[in-house]
Amino acid sequence: MNDSISSLDALRQRIDRLGDGRDRRVSGSFSAGHAGLDAAIGGGFARGRLHEVFGAEPEDAGSASAFALLLALLAETPGETVRASPLLWLRTDDAMRWSGMPYGPGLADMGIDPAGIILAVMPDALALLRAAADALRCPALCAVVIECWGSPKVLDLSASRRLTLAAESAGTTALLLRMDAQPSPSAAETRWRIAAAPSAPLAANAPGHSSFDIDLLRRRAGPDGLAWRLEWNRDQRCFVEPPLPGAVVPVPAAGSAADSGTRSVVAAG
Amino acid sequence: MRLSAADTDALALGLLSGMTLADARARIPELRVFDCDPHADQDWLERLCDGARRYTPMAALDPPHGLVLDITGCAHLFGGESELVDDALDRLAHSGMRVRHALGSTPEAAHALARFAAAPAPDEASALRRLPVAALRLEEESELALRRAGLKTVGDVASRPTATLAARFGAGAVDAIHRLLGKAAKPLDPRQVAAAISLERRFPEPVARTAYALAVLKELVVEAVGQLGERGQGGRRFTATFFRSDGMAFPLRVETSLPVRNPSAIMRLFRERIDSLSDPIDPGFGFDLVRLTVPVAEALGPTQLALKGGEERNRQGGEGSVSGLVDAISTRTGRRRILRLYPCDTHLPEQAQLALPAVEARTPAVWDAPEAGEPPLRPVHLFDPPQSIEVIAGVPEGPPVQFRWRRSLHQVSRYEGPERIAPEWWHDDSPKAAEISRTRDYFRVEDARGRRFWIFRNGLYGDAKPQPLWYLHGLFA
Repeated sequence: MNDSISSLDALRQRIDRLGDGRDRRVSGSFSAGHAGLDAAIGGGFARGRLHEVFGAEPEDAGSASAFALLLALLAETPGETVRASPLLWLRTDDAMRWSGMPYGPGLADMGIDPAGIILAVMPDALALLRAAADALRCPALCAVVIECWGSPKVLDLSASRRLTLAAESAGTTALLLRMDAQPSPSAAETRWRIAAAPSAPLAANAPGHSSFDIDLLRRRAGPDGLAWRLEWNRDQRCFVEPPLPGAVVPVPAAGSAADSGTRSVVAAG
Repeated sequence: MRLSAADTDALALGLLSGMTLADARARIPELRVFDCDPHADQDWLERLCDGARRYTPMAALDPPHGLVLDITGCAHLFGGESELVDDALDRLAHSGMRVRHALGSTPEAAHALARFAAAPAPDEASALRRLPVAALRLEEESELALRRAGLKTVGDVASRPTATLAARFGAGAVDAIHRLLGKAAKPLDPRQVAAAISLERRFPEPVARTAYALAVLKELVVEAVGQLGERGQGGRRFTATFFRSDGMAFPLRVETSLPVRNPSAIMRLFRERIDSLSDPIDPGFGFDLVRLTVPVAEALGPTQLALKGGEERNRQGGEGSVSGLVDAISTRTGRRRILRLYPCDTHLPEQAQLALPAVEARTPAVWDAPEAGEPPLRPVHLFDPPQSIEVIAGVPEGPPVQFRWRRSLHQVSRYEGPERIAPEWWHDDSPKAAEISRTRDYFRVEDARGRRFWIFRNGLYGDAKPQPLWYLHGLFA
């Protein structure tokens, strides 16, 4: 009897070692800067995990890829003045055809330093996944953005599982950007759907700061189905609630400019 | 259509290159003809030239169908000039080539002797003098003029005073005769410049196993790394060439973004390169020579060895570093596929950035910081070329009201603009250039769903002949 108990213990230990006793080198999370969003996913985005970002429609390519890049930016350890760890953006030739070339001046306008981006354009999805698995095992990268258009056969549950394992092994955050695709089973920690949201207009009805409609579609450990409309604040490097519509000077649709000024004061008060 | 080349059987039947195909068919109805492919010929010649580098580093192409090897100081390695020639002819015969050859004291002499059958002569100088004037490789007019003047052989021409020759047939004729007779030198232009470090291993018998050849390559890499260490350098490019016994050669080139002196990192890149080949290296009848060269090396300070294992502590280029990853991916998929962005000082949006291969490893660029509080003024994605759209604008010079892109209609709810970007007239102010590049009026627009686009009108109303067209140039976040 005693023998069997001890052997059972040994077996349990062995299973522990095989199973969940993986070497999770980097734990912890990074914050998106918005309290509600962080709280909904348990305090922030988990590092060294796979997060999926779906673009709502092909026209939302700019917003979805910017959201993934901003997460990669936030994943960087805070307090570093010089970006020591670059981020790798993996794309395919398809992506270049659909959404054009990443544009440095525009990325700099979002607060993402283009000098810290290594861009890799792979011929097909298989090469993309292979490069992604290699890159995620590289601890010197802060994050890897994997952009995939459509639903290639090679990107299935086991492929996403492989990416998760690679991300866990080195603590590199993986951001899988899916465009023109429907969610399918995957091993991702969280899954998001991103669409462009109407921005808070600036003076003379000009388009304002980048706004996002953010849907939390799925979360491994916790409730999902939450949605936010947030604006990216470049100067403070965080997502914030968009300002109330009345807070800026609206266009004087009718009446004099003096009238609209009073209105805005009332609205702000 | 004309015959561009004829094989020996065809020559025996009286067919000549330059003959029209109809004539040839009329004479030999069962004639088999193939399309001429100059690119494939050139490619084949280059491969033969790479294979000939086993004899000498100074192997040059002599298009359209010749090779020139400078074997000065190399012949004794093969037991003498005639042995070297026999070896080369054997190998070329293996790959199905029928060749003519000649040895000469200048490249021009060898070229001429190989192509023009001369009467037997006691020595090279008199053989050259008996060659026809065609051996001088002059233009047709000069050659014809020489023959009309009664100068049939090189010797006839050489016996004339140079001043007269230059006056009648041009300075080219004098140069040609001087070079042919060795009075003037023209350096050979080798296909590949000899590398600073070049190591090779010859096998007494051909080796048919690729794994063994790779093991030998590894030994060579370790040896080369030792030499680099003595010079205080690290290699940026490495070329391994596997010479097959039938004369073919397989060059494998790898490139690193930082100078490396780590044998395992270099071997890892070579393995990546072999894995990425569409057809794996075929040993054929076996490899009999493996050569490793380091064409590009840069300064790299000595590194301290780690206590454990004696490995170099510096993990530059090794597994786990960013440069190692960049090298591996660029070796596998090609250097143009892994890029870094660099700013360019120009107003034209599509030229404001350069995407350069990341293996070139320049100093990181500094991008202009955006002004605080401003919304993004440039898109995150840029289409190059811009995508054509159909736009309805309220007034001709006014902002767009709605536009159709990729078959879907977008209602513009907010816009800012125009931002006028004029072409760079100071580069090229010809009317044709002005026609191609026109002044553009850019608008930042947001549609009813909240997507932000960067669209522009190419040209202004009034001055342009066709109505200006609208394009979508970028996507904002």
